[in-house]
Amino acid sequence: MARAATTTDAFNAVAEPRRREILDALAGGELAVGDLTELLGLAQPQVSKHLRVLREVGLVDVRDDGRRRLYRVNGAPLRAVHEWVVRYERLWNERFDLVDDVLDELTRTASEATEASKATTTTEEETGRGD
Amino acid sequence: MATTTKGSAVLTLPSDTEILVTREFNAPRHLVWKVLTEPDLIKRWWAGQRGTVTSASVDLRVGGAWRYVMTADGGFEVGFHGEFREIDAPASMVQTEVYEGAPDGDSEPTLNHYALTELDGRTTLTVRTVTSSKELRDLIIDSGMEGGMQEGYDLLEELAAALAAS
Repeated sequence: MARAATTTDAFNAVAEPRRREILDALAGGELAVGDLTELLGLAQPQVSKHLRVLREVGLVDVRDDGRRRLYRVNGAPLRAVHEWVVRYERLWNERFDLVDDVLDELTRTASEATEASKATTTTEEETGRGD
Repeated sequence: MATTTKGSAVLTLPSDTEILVTREFNAPRHLVWKVLTEPDLIKRWWAGQRGTVTSASVDLRVGGAWRYVMTADGGFEVGFHGEFREIDAPASMVQTEVYEGAPDGDSEPTLNHYALTELDGRTTLTVRTVTSSKELRDLIIDSGMEGGMQEGYDLLEELAAALAAS
């Protein structure tokens, strides 16, 4: 039985850190496989494998330039990923920023309670000494 | 870093049906846990800037149910509910989450894994959302959160545009 391909769309393709590095490198302009192996310090077969995945989901295009094959980023599928990520990330950032506010209040209340109990203890000690 | 860092959540996509959000808080773990699990505190953050949580109920035990209702700034009301699958206070919990405003009513549940680790009085929270399909992942972003959806694109979007132009 053939296993279903694990890399089925741009989301999965960019989930791999090395592939993100390749996209970052290509963002600067067209590069050949050799340029990428040099830039990223990866073996050529690895780079080729990642490029194949990126091409399959349409994130990277390739063209022949004489004897070289030049790869470039195709931003269209990436745009969909970024848009989704930006929205989801923004929601959680809004939530977490509010969590910060609640935590500030809770830690302040906690430290005030500690201060208050210290003050009480001090007063009692002073009173004790006074006796 | 002694202060909190606004807008500093980091989002990654471990696979095409998983979303991982990581954020550090300037507070000990038991307090973060409290904010994540107590209804009166949940009401203060769950809706983000998109509306108001009008009710929150939490039965914090394995098999127990939770439900939040929010009124979005657009005026419509929408609910979220689920149940707790695992609880290990204050270190971790796993809960299901159903969005009640999907086109067909209730969405398929997502499985949300919360994990909290504390170091030097600061807490790192990770929220890993596992969806049963890519369609569900795509639906999440439409889940009653219209308020923020039409805002202008930020830096990431500019990057995407720059990439498209290159």
